[in-house]
Amino acid sequence: MSRVETRNPDRDAPGRVIKVDALARVEGEGALYVRVRDDLIEDVKFRIFEPPRFFEALLRGRPYSDAPDITARICGICPIAYMLGASRAMEDALGVVLDAPLEDLRRLIYCGEWIESHVLHAAMLHAPDFLGMPDAFAFAKANPDAVKAALRLKKLGNTILEAVGGRAVHPVNLAVGGFYRAPKKHELQALLPEIEFGIEASATLAKAFAGFDFPDFDYDYTCVSMRSDKAYAIEEGRLVSNRGLDIPVAAFPDHFFEEHVAHSNALHGRMRDGSPYLVGPIARYNNNAGQLSPAARDLAREIGLGATVTNPFKSILVRMVETFHACEESLRIVAGYEEPERARMPIEPRAGKGSGVTEAPRGICWHSYELDDEGRIVGATIVPPTSQNQPQIEADLAGVIARNLDLDDEALKWRCEQTIRNYDPCISCATHFLDLTVDRV
Amino acid sequence: MAARKPKLAVWKFSSCDGCQLNLLDCEDELLAIADSIEIAEFLEATRAQVRGPYDVSLVEGSISNDHDAERLRKIRKQSKLVIAIGACATGGGIQALRNGRDVDEFVRTVYAHPEFIDTLATSTPITDHIPVDFELRGCPVSKYQLLEVVSALLAGRQPRVPRHSECLECKMRGTVCVMVARGQPCLGPVTQAGCGNLCPSVERGCYGCFGPKESPNTASLADRFLATGSQRRRVREMFQSFNAAAPAFAKEAERHEPR
Repeated sequence: MSRVETRNPDRDAPGRVIKVDALARVEGEGALYVRVRDDLIEDVKFRIFEPPRFFEALLRGRPYSDAPDITARICGICPIAYMLGASRAMEDALGVVLDAPLEDLRRLIYCGEWIESHVLHAAMLHAPDFLGMPDAFAFAKANPDAVKAALRLKKLGNTILEAVGGRAVHPVNLAVGGFYRAPKKHELQALLPEIEFGIEASATLAKAFAGFDFPDFDYDYTCVSMRSDKAYAIEEGRLVSNRGLDIPVAAFPDHFFEEHVAHSNALHGRMRDGSPYLVGPIARYNNNAGQLSPAARDLAREIGLGATVTNPFKSILVRMVETFHACEESLRIVAGYEEPERARMPIEPRAGKGSGVTEAPRGICWHSYELDDEGRIVGATIVPPTSQNQPQIEADLAGVIARNLDLDDEALKWRCEQTIRNYDPCISCATHFLDLTVDRV
Repeated sequence: MAARKPKLAVWKFSSCDGCQLNLLDCEDELLAIADSIEIAEFLEATRAQVRGPYDVSLVEGSISNDHDAERLRKIRKQSKLVIAIGACATGGGIQALRNGRDVDEFVRTVYAHPEFIDTLATSTPITDHIPVDFELRGCPVSKYQLLEVVSALLAGRQPRVPRHSECLECKMRGTVCVMVARGQPCLGPVTQAGCGNLCPSVERGCYGCFGPKESPNTASLADRFLATGSQRRRVREMFQSFNAAAPAFAKEAERHEPR
């Protein structure tokens, strides 16, 4: 294996941060440094080298209405999370409330994003780790039916995104206040047969993945998610945790902060007391499983998920249960859809501050903006799920490595990649070739 | 014995991953693609890696630090064909809005410790750094155009990618003109076709995500926007989005800078 030496010359100094040097970046955008002394993990640093793109700075001066399309470009895998988080925040600042049918359409397109992203993540990027295969192409050779079903299911997610949003990656039909054009009834009705297939296929894949061998690791997570009185929270709700937190969206900065550490270009989100926390499928499931549909709860039980999930490797199963739920939700919304009277709410620009949050496939994505009296952006803050999970990923890695020190470096490296892919395909695209340095002092 | 499969590599620079995702979004074609080419490097999809040289390198993203510029030059040396994919690779991307601005101030706005950040003052397209064999437009690229370009270049023929304007797409499809019927500013007359006529189909002006068409008359269009009530500042912003560093759009935006 290729090994990049990034030894810290001053490694006995407590709290010393190891510098990211040019060498360590050679083969990719992610690297992991681990220091072990006498079989004890002394330090774990997971680094992301994605070059900064300065979204929060370049939004300043732009009109409020530009924010959804610009922030969509933060992530091609989950643009809806950014478009709707930005829209929610602007609507909060501008005092806009959407008609109920427009809220339903937002939930539908978000279900499309959950299906597309969850199936890509679970079946194409994460499942091969459990099978000891390098990728979904090898998986397809061993089990063509499973991969073909997964691709068809993923395509359903993209088809929903296209039907409502006009395009799967960076949809064009979403606006602050609603949509440019409401889909025609027959355009959505055409989705029904494939949605029926999706309900069946997601259950089948969930059951197949339940047969995987899950590495032995559990963690008592602080689970942070949205919660809605109406439904399993996706596009609307307040913020809660399994430790009793229950706050309005605007209060997020009172309880959470982002820290800039030297070893990574991704900011690190923490609770105000400095502790890590978990966002994403497991956090949502642990906080809100009671609001899943009865059939989704039955599926969860059948594949061995209890009332709470503490093994992060089982996130792949929670993703499939959420996919199943998203297919059922899509069916409900499409079956009841009538073309709304208006596609978009009228908006009068004005000065104000607003915040918005939605459940991106990988966890809560929080936006906050300040507008001047023309409705132009004066300040912007965006807290994506990836940065919130960084400290928790490092904590999981420390635990997983401690239990697997007997593995050789190649096997340990793969186990670490698999641990990171419990969280994020965005990060995992940076870590499919993870440079692992184990410093066995 | 079968001919050797062509070796494909996919590389990422500063970007959202959305263009390479379009390859994985070819759900109906993906397994056939994987059978007919050797995927030698594609971090978003596989941990397997095969050493270069490569027959085709798809390059996503823009160049925003020295390390990436060096990495790109090495990729060029190892690749027979290089295809720049998407608005970041061909037009600098949304992150090129920093160009000409105070980047140190940008760093201080976003990051608590500016000293940790390694960045250039500009985000630039791939062709500013290396010669490429084809530039595929779009934010994101169209998966159908992506398949066409890769198959055509591997077969040694010219890709069939239209160079006409998005405006012409509306005429061919019978989409009602949003400028004429609704008085909305639309970049369709100066933007390259290829998205599938998306924005006008949802009753919205084109926002130019496929970048400038060949020889666009941006000045005439901008004057039309001004004459029909758009503020000069808004006209500038319309040319400053996902292809802000594409020369035709950058030049038109410059014409509307406050003096």
